[in-house]
Order: sequence, then structure tokens, then C-alpha cells
Amino acid sequence: MTQVTMTVNGKSVSGTVEGRTLLSEFLREGLRLTGTHVGCDTSQCGACVVHVNGNAVKSCTMLAAEAEGAEVRTIEGMADADGTLSTIQQAFQDHHGLQCGFCTPGMVMSAAALLSENPKPTEAEIRAYLEGNICRCTGYHNIVKAIMAASGQEASAVAAE
Amino acid sequence: MPKDHGIGASSKRREDVRFLTGNGNYTDDINVAGQAYVHFLRSDVAHGRLTKVDTSAAAEMPGVIRVFTGADFEGVGGLPCGWQVTDKHGNPMQEPAHPVLAQGKVRHVGDPIAAIVAETPAQARNAAEAIEIDIEDLPAVIDMKAALQEGAPKVHDDLDNNLCYDWGFVEENKGAVDEAFSKAAHVTTLELVNQRLVANPMEPRVAVGDFNRSTGDSTLYTTSQNPHVIRLLMGAFVLGIPEHKLRVVAPDVGGGFGSKIFHYAEEAFCTFAAKALARPVKWTSSRSEAFISDAHGRDHVTKIELALDADNNFTALRTETYANMGAYLSTFAPSVPTWLHGTLMAGNYKTPLIYVNVKAVFTNTVPVDAYRGAGRPEATYQLERVVDKAARELGVDPIALRRQNFITEFPYATPVAVEYDTGDYNATMDKLLEMVDRDGFDARAAESAKSGKLRGFGVNTYIEACGIAPSALVGQLGARAGLYESATVRVNATGGLVVMTGSHSHGQGHETAFPQVVADMIGIPEDMVEVVHGDTANTPMGMGTYGSRSLAVGGSAIVRATEKIINKAKKIAAHLMEASEGDIELKDGQFTVAGTDKSVAWGDVTLAAYVPHNYPLEELEPGLEETAFYDPANFTYPAGAYACEVEVDPDTGKVEICSFAAADDFGNVVNPMIVEGQVHGGLAQGIGQALLEGAVYDSDGQLLTASYMDYAMPRADDVPSFQVDHSCSTPCTHNPLGVKGCGEAGAIGSPPAVVNAVVDALNRGGHNVTHIDMPLSPSRVWSAMNG
Ligand code: FES
Ligand code: FES
Repeated sequence: MTQVTMTVNGKSVSGTVEGRTLLSEFLREGLRLTGTHVGCDTSQCGACVVHVNGNAVKSCTMLAAEAEGAEVRTIEGMADADGTLSTIQQAFQDHHGLQCGFCTPGMVMSAAALLSENPKPTEAEIRAYLEGNICRCTGYHNIVKAIMAASGQEASAVAAE
Repeated sequence: MPKDHGIGASSKRREDVRFLTGNGNYTDDINVAGQAYVHFLRSDVAHGRLTKVDTSAAAEMPGVIRVFTGADFEGVGGLPCGWQVTDKHGNPMQEPAHPVLAQGKVRHVGDPIAAIVAETPAQARNAAEAIEIDIEDLPAVIDMKAALQEGAPKVHDDLDNNLCYDWGFVEENKGAVDEAFSKAAHVTTLELVNQRLVANPMEPRVAVGDFNRSTGDSTLYTTSQNPHVIRLLMGAFVLGIPEHKLRVVAPDVGGGFGSKIFHYAEEAFCTFAAKALARPVKWTSSRSEAFISDAHGRDHVTKIELALDADNNFTALRTETYANMGAYLSTFAPSVPTWLHGTLMAGNYKTPLIYVNVKAVFTNTVPVDAYRGAGRPEATYQLERVVDKAARELGVDPIALRRQNFITEFPYATPVAVEYDTGDYNATMDKLLEMVDRDGFDARAAESAKSGKLRGFGVNTYIEACGIAPSALVGQLGARAGLYESATVRVNATGGLVVMTGSHSHGQGHETAFPQVVADMIGIPEDMVEVVHGDTANTPMGMGTYGSRSLAVGGSAIVRATEKIINKAKKIAAHLMEASEGDIELKDGQFTVAGTDKSVAWGDVTLAAYVPHNYPLEELEPGLEETAFYDPANFTYPAGAYACEVEVDPDTGKVEICSFAAADDFGNVVNPMIVEGQVHGGLAQGIGQALLEGAVYDSDGQLLTASYMDYAMPRADDVPSFQVDHSCSTPCTHNPLGVKGCGEAGAIGSPPAVVNAVVDALNRGGHNVTHIDMPLSPSRVWSAMNG
């Protein structure tokens, strides 16, 4: 058992973890931040994506101990303090970019990372970037549309209808 | 102007806010104080006799509370099957026992042998390694036709053989169908495989069992599309717990696509163990475990023959299908290849004579059951492939051949036992052709050719039977359940409403769409209506969400309950305004007396119902709460026309979808945004089946595609943006909303369009290819071209 301390959504937190405890487990079980989801055990679905020091990371592939001292942001930290949705979250609602909502936290965190690297991505760039995030519900159409809209681009450029 | 509220408006989904902020409440987010953790030890061989299961060492491992085996379940019922098919000789299907934990034999990789309950998940996992197991290997039966050979090893020793049933539909028509074939001017024959798929909702299954020592009540939290069905099946048939002592809660459910309809062993185990240990227990499936324990879908092998006369009219259709049941009968498995498949074989065509034969087979594989579309995609795929092949053989335009044979008059009774109420198949085809710029195809093909690619265009139509289902009819067909839906509408004193429904969303947006309907009927804002679902403790007994039924059946129950509310409210309003009940009108939340300027507001009436000071108490009970159970008079029949354009790289065989268009007739639409989203998702799953997905077993029964590394899920760059349209609407004639259902259409209609397009591309490129089995992987396409 080791003690870890990190900043999660702006708050300093610490806890005792086993060497093998994954960051995803620490967030979900240790901190009860259950917005981060676990959809696979081969690090391929992206439901668990969080930001660690500003980078999108699959939290199921990182040990909690490796996040010692890091700045971690999860889906719970995306909205403004007063509850107002961020531009990306709002775009997902406006463009119906989610159905069951299970992939959504990872999608939003990946989309946020994409837009900070590339503020005006093309549709092809969005689709390529989301390669590590599986959604079984939406067929991706409205996710792509939402990210285009969040980047300030005409969403209907994607939408065929 | 698009509407901004009520029926027909793209109201934004209210459930999104919690999902977008990490505040969803999925089953794995539920933790009950003091819970222990379950790990299942599963068979790693496909078929074998259990000669030793020794748990004594495991029981001594750190943190282990108890280890359960099949022996603990000897006095307990097995998992029941909810549908009994009668074979072509009039005999009931062979129905094997399905124990909660294996007894005597293991029958597929993943079959649970033992369950360890421990203080932590890691302790439960570690203890599994200490269980001593001896399995005498038996030869596995994997291939369906081999399973039916004389002398094949039996999956179930106590059955006659591996044949679940041999079904003929309609058996009495077989002679006439054969005769029509003997007189046909042309017969097109196609043999094809509708491959096994894994539903793969992104949320893996979870079960949390709890037991209240003070009341003796059991509670199960589970990832289910239909908590009432689980309560009934598990309570009555497995554990012997009456409904009033058992509560089943399915909170937010992260997708299902059919795979979360069924009652699973893990649910029964967690409920049983919680009671046995008087302690909450939790099981969370890993994805690897999901691949070998969630019911799979499809897995049909079919030969289809189409007879045409000299004028290219379809005169008869004959099919023979082998349908894989897997090792046990999952809850609704027997109905999928029969009543959800055979009844759809007329498709959109007026073929007068049809005979469908289905042999359902037990094999040493994971059980197979309904997956998005369930039977209807299998019917559509074979029919639309054989029609396309016939057009190619006859040298006629595939669209013209379809149009010539379309059903154009409604209602239309098919020769396969169903009656289509409405439809306009030419209208959806016209709309589709408007959407796809078919005239520009040659120019696009020339452009593709410049980069060495072959371009192809494929089209297909589909029909499905949704709004499942009229209870009396399905009862005759073998269903052991009714398929009505229920709703209780409770109006609160200050005018807000709570709608308690037996339907249960797992992504379909019920919390948004149902209030649109109710608010529209009363003329109040949608946010005055709240939906409660997913908990047997606070919803009336209902059958849940699958088969594109929630709006058509569940929505109709809500309409009926709301009508009862309005009728009673009008009586109260008549009393308040001293008018006669027949003169009361309700509009925009105001009751008025026709021909006068008298009015009372909705809220005044609801308050009077609960504060009945000035109230007709001698004629009317106080309060305003009504329940309705709605049993549909018929199925609904959504239909449409789909088109796909592909580019094939002849050097690699890689297929790229250039465009995909869908013109659907869903009848009336309550929330167009949600409907389009449902179609998008279905299309991606259908394209996934056509190009990428497939569960593959080796001959020993090992599942070779048991993770996302080997099972190719469609990702964002595998699919295009879609063109979808639902403006061609022929409203359903027999439900109050005129709706048909939209959840499965995309997955039903898209695979044949893709395969038709690829075959078209290859033929345009000079390759005489008549068929390629799905998934159309680069190697399969390349081999077909270079075969
Ligand atoms: S849970 Fe991390 S990638 Fe699937
Ligand atoms: S919304 Fe359900 S998996 Fe993406």
C-alpha cells in the first residue's frame, strides 16, 4: 500500500492505493468520481479518458501511483462551478452527441483534448482523433457534428441532412 | 417551421445533463454498504464432464467469504426460456435445463462453474485460482450442420440430439410453393451466412444483490432493459421469491441492443448469494467476460431461392435456415429465427407463396438471442441479396425489379401470417433516389477509376415488424409472456405530472420524448412532466424496451392513461364551472366551456382533485392518478429504402463507404432529433456487420474474437456521415400516436445495401462475383476478386 496525492478537478486529494491500483479504479472507487467509466480491459474503448497534466490519458492504462503529484481532470470537472455546461458539453447536448451516455465522459474528454491541440479540426481529423473512443449508440455522426460545432465551425457542413 | 415543443419537436434531451457531467447512475456506480464481491470461475473448454470441483483450498484464501458451485443450486430452478416453438410436426421444441452454475457438464467456453464471494474483487479473483477442477474433455460441436449428423456428440445428454426444433412456415403451403418453383421461368438461388455478432453495449453487465434481514426482501440492481421481466422470471422460475418480496432496479443503462433483455445466471446468483449470506454482493463483468457470457446475436446459415415468372414477377420464395442457439436456450432465443424472421420473409413484395424452414441447433458456443433487429435483419439480408442477384442474372435494373414487385395496396395480408396496415414503398424509394444523385454516379465512378478504385452502388428496401406485440397472437405463437405495456400517470396537486412506465430507456431518450406526448395532450410545458422508469417498486408491471416498442406500445399506454386523466379532469372542471361535462374543452392547459368565456386553469382542477372542498364527491373520487395497460392490436411495420456507395481498392480488397442514405417511413415522429440519432446508430451497427464484425470460434470451441483487439467494432473513421430522411410517413393505423418505431431500422436495412454495393463495384470492374459473406474484410473481397 502506498500513499498518493494528486490534484483532481482543482482539489488536492490523497489516498492509499495498492501498487496495482489503476487510476480509473482510484477515481471511481477511492474518490467516488464515477463519471469516469470502464468499458474494456484491453485499453481500447476510451470510456475512461481523463486529462493528466493537460493530456488525454486512458485512466485504465495508468497506475494511480504514477499520477502522484499530477493535475487530473475528469468529466466532473468540465462544467463551470455554477453548473453551466462547457462549450463542448453543451454542443453534445445540442447536437444529440450521446444516447446511453456511457462513452460520453471519455468522448468529451477526448474532444476537449483535440480542440486544445487543434482548434479547427476537419471532419476527417475528428474521426481520426476519436480512433481510441468507441461509441456503440450514436454511429458517431452527431458526435462529429457536436465537435465541429464546439470548434465554432458550421455543424451542417458535416450533417448531410 | 419546425415545432419547438410537444409532439414533432426536437426537444433537447434532459437526461443528457447528468450524463455529460459525470452524474449518471449506472449499475456499477451503485455500492451498497458492506458489499462483498463476486468472481465467476468459468469454463475454458467448450465441452467437458466435470469430474472434480474442489473448493476447500479456495475457501481458506484471504478474504473469501464463501465459494458456491452447481451443488448449491441443486434445489433451485434453472434459467427459464420465455418462448416455446412448436416444430413442423406439431411437437414442442427440445428444451434443455440451464443451471445457474454448471452441474455435471460444461457446455461452452464461459459457462460458469463456481462463484467466489470475497471481501475485495482481487481476493475473489485470486481465490478462483485455488479451486481445483478436473474436466474430462468431450469433443465439441461447433458447426451446425455437423451438430445434426447422426452420432454427433450431444450438447445435452438427456436430449434426443442437437436439434432444438425443425420449423416449417407455413407448413401447409409447402406443396404449393414447391409446385410454383417447378413452373418458374427463372429461379435464383443464394447460399449465405449471417454471421455471429456480439452486441457489445459499452456498459458491461453488472449485478448487485441485496437482502434486507429485517423485512426479508431481496433487491437486485442490474443492467437490464426490462426489470419487471427479470423480476418475474427470476422470482417465479429460478429462486422462488414472490414478486412482493423482490425488487429489481435497472438504473441508467449504458446501451443494450437486445443483450440486456435476457435473464442471466449472474443476476440469479447475486440475488441468491445476498440472501444466503445476508450480505450485499456485487459482480461487475469485465469486457473479456462479456464476450463469453453475454448472449450473442444472428448466426444463421441460409439457402434462399426466389422463383420468377417470364415477366419477372416474384411467384414463390423458399428458404432453409440453420439457426444457432448456442449451448442453452437464452430467454427469447427460439422466437428469433421463427416468429421474428419467418413472418418477415415477404419483405416489401407481393410474393404470393412463401415457405420458410428453420432448424435450430445446439452447439458448444455462447447462447444466441436477440440482437438489434433480431430475425428481421436476417430476413431482410437474404431477401434483398437474392433479389439483387436475380436482377443481375436477368439483366434488369435492381430498382425496377423491386418496384415491379412492391406491395402497393394496404392493408396487405402476407402469406406469412402478418398484415401490413400501411406503407408506401415507392415513396421511400423515390425519396431515396432524390437523396443520392444516382445520375451523377457515372461521373463519380470515373473519378474513382482515376485513382484505381472500383465504385459501386447498392440499394435495398426493408420492412420490419415492430411495436412488439399483440399478446393473444404471440401467445398462440409460443410466447410465455404477454407483450402489452403499462403506464401510471400521477398528477400532483399543483399540476405537475409523473409518468411511471414499464418501458425502460437504455439510450433512447424516454425521459424527454414521453413528456413531449403528455405535455402536448394537456397543453402544458414539457418540464411539468417527469418520467419514472427502471424500478419495479415504483412502476406498474410492464414488459420493457426492445423490438422498437417503447413509443408504439409504451407510448400508447401513456396516451391511454393520460386520456383517463383528462376525462376525469374535465368532470372536475365541469363541476367548477357549473357546466355540462360534454361542453368542456381542454387547450393550452385551460379548460373552457364551449361557446362561453368561462375557463379554469389546469392547476385549479388538479388542486381541486386533492383539496376537494368544492368537488362532486358523490359521483367522483378525489385524486388524479390513472393507470392504463395497452395491448397492441397488431405489429407496426416501419419500412424504407437504403442506398450505399462504396469504393473498393482492387489491390487490397479494402472497402470504403463513400456515402450512405436512408429514407424511412416511421409513421408519425415525436422527436425527430432522437429518431435520426437512432437511425445513425443502427446504420453504424449494420455497416459494422457488413464490413468488420464477426464472432469466430475455432473447431475446439475457443472464441477467437474475445476482445476489442480481435472483434472489430466500428470506430469513427470506419463510417461516413449519413443522409437520413423520415419525411415519407404513412402513420400506423392502430395505435393512438400513429407511430411505428425506429430503433432497429438502421441495423436491419444497412447490411444488404453495403454488400449489394460491393458486389456491384466488383462486377463493374469486370469481376464476375455473385456473393461474398460478411464481414467483407479486405482479404475476403480480394479473394473473391482473385478467386
Ligand atoms: S476502459 Fe480504458 S480504454 Fe476501455
Ligand atoms: S452513447 Fe452509448 S456508447 Fe456512446
